[in-house]
Amino acid sequence: MSWINLDAIWKIVVFGLLAGAGLPALFSLGLLALSQGPKTANAGPDSDVVVGGNPAGLAAAVVAFLIVLAAVGWAIYEVYQIGHPAAK
Amino acid sequence: MACLPEQPGPVGKDLILVLVVVTALGFDFTNGFHDTGNAMATSIATKALSPRVAVGLSGILNLVGAFLSLSVAATIASGLVDTHIVTLTVVFAGLAGGITWNLLTWLLGIPSSSSHALIGGVIGSTLAAAGGHAVLWHNLVAKVIIPAGLSPIIAALVAATGTWLLYRISRSMTAGARGHGFRIGQIGSASMVSLAHGTNDAQKTMGVITLALIVNGTVPSNATAPFWVVLSCALAISLGTYLGGWRVIRTLGKGLVEIEAPQGMAAESASAAVILLSSSFGYSLSTTHVATGSIIGTGLGKRGAEVRWNVAGRMATAWLFTLPSAAVVGAGGEALAHVIGGTAGVIVDLVILVALATFIYIRSRATKVDHNNVNDEWTGSVAPAEPEHAAAA
Repeated sequence: MSWINLDAIWKIVVFGLLAGAGLPALFSLGLLALSQGPKTANAGPDSDVVVGGNPAGLAAAVVAFLIVLAAVGWAIYEVYQIGHPAAK
Repeated sequence: MACLPEQPGPVGKDLILVLVVVTALGFDFTNGFHDTGNAMATSIATKALSPRVAVGLSGILNLVGAFLSLSVAATIASGLVDTHIVTLTVVFAGLAGGITWNLLTWLLGIPSSSSHALIGGVIGSTLAAAGGHAVLWHNLVAKVIIPAGLSPIIAALVAATGTWLLYRISRSMTAGARGHGFRIGQIGSASMVSLAHGTNDAQKTMGVITLALIVNGTVPSNATAPFWVVLSCALAISLGTYLGGWRVIRTLGKGLVEIEAPQGMAAESASAAVILLSSSFGYSLSTTHVATGSIIGTGLGKRGAEVRWNVAGRMATAWLFTLPSAAVVGAGGEALAHVIGGTAGVIVDLVILVALATFIYIRSRATKVDHNNVNDEWTGSVAPAEPEHAAAA
């Protein structure tokens, strides 16, 4: 048996970056899309208004947030499958 | 007491089993409150969640997480020591070592690894009982020590990348809108870390109790954790999490890096991803090492953010000492129980452990950290300055 499992390490790094950095990046793209529109444009620099009111932006944000939620749900399902072999 | 035989009889053995199970649940409880900060420190620091809501949510998700996966239960102790040599007393002394280290580091507000404390304690008591050949040294290095060195680095890399991306993508948003949006995101990412913690850490205690049941002959050696073990471990870690280790939360949330909401979300997402991925590859690594690595990573990924390396250095030093220190206490507990012998030896150990826990609890009251002052300005120590001092300064 080897000391370091390089195969597992590169997978943890690559999938870790995809899930751990990629999903929050997708979430922030959703936030950015959500913030497009007149409501944020007219608000001052100290405003904490997130929803800009642009319909296309809103639609893009919903798509981004749904993908993030679906990925999280799929991850939880995978963990359950691995943890309960009899449930397969 | 002198009339008790060296090897406990059936009644004494059952009593020791009960004591081991109770002590294991006690360890699980310390595991919970020591590690609340891993999931919730960053959300509490950025005020994404109020302190009380954060620990409540984390407690519930730890409970759910404990039921989510049972894949690493029973591997934690049995893969590291020769289970044929292990006795109930050895398991008990190992747990005592783990609890002692968890309580001491909690008093000092140092987020050290509960997993290492447990592993160190069991290895120490095994060494004292049976010598070096009973410890599977290769597994210890390959499955515990090397992952412990690598996991914070991988977590820091993921968190730094995430932090950089989040600030880059959201740079045209106002600071207020960005903070607002990412605070909402943090609720989701912190929940995932709590779930991962329950999945990963509750199983370690389930494994130890199952090991004790196997050693006692209560269940066959290939048994998985019985349902009552899963349920009681889930409840113990959940209750511990809910009570909240405010001292450790404060160090992680305020001491290491001053955290904004995008950094909090990046750190939590990185922690959740690395913990869940590693568990699925069979590495039951320390959630504390991962969470700390992630928080340092968010400090590195944001231009102008300051990482307090003296605090990080203090933590890293504590990590190096965790395995050997818990091992020394575990070995001492085993040796003492052996000298006294039988059930009485275990009871003496237990009395000392309870006395020590009470002493540490009383000491902690002198410099209290709770949900009221957990977010006070970092002044270089775990306990915030007294309100009078703060007003005078």
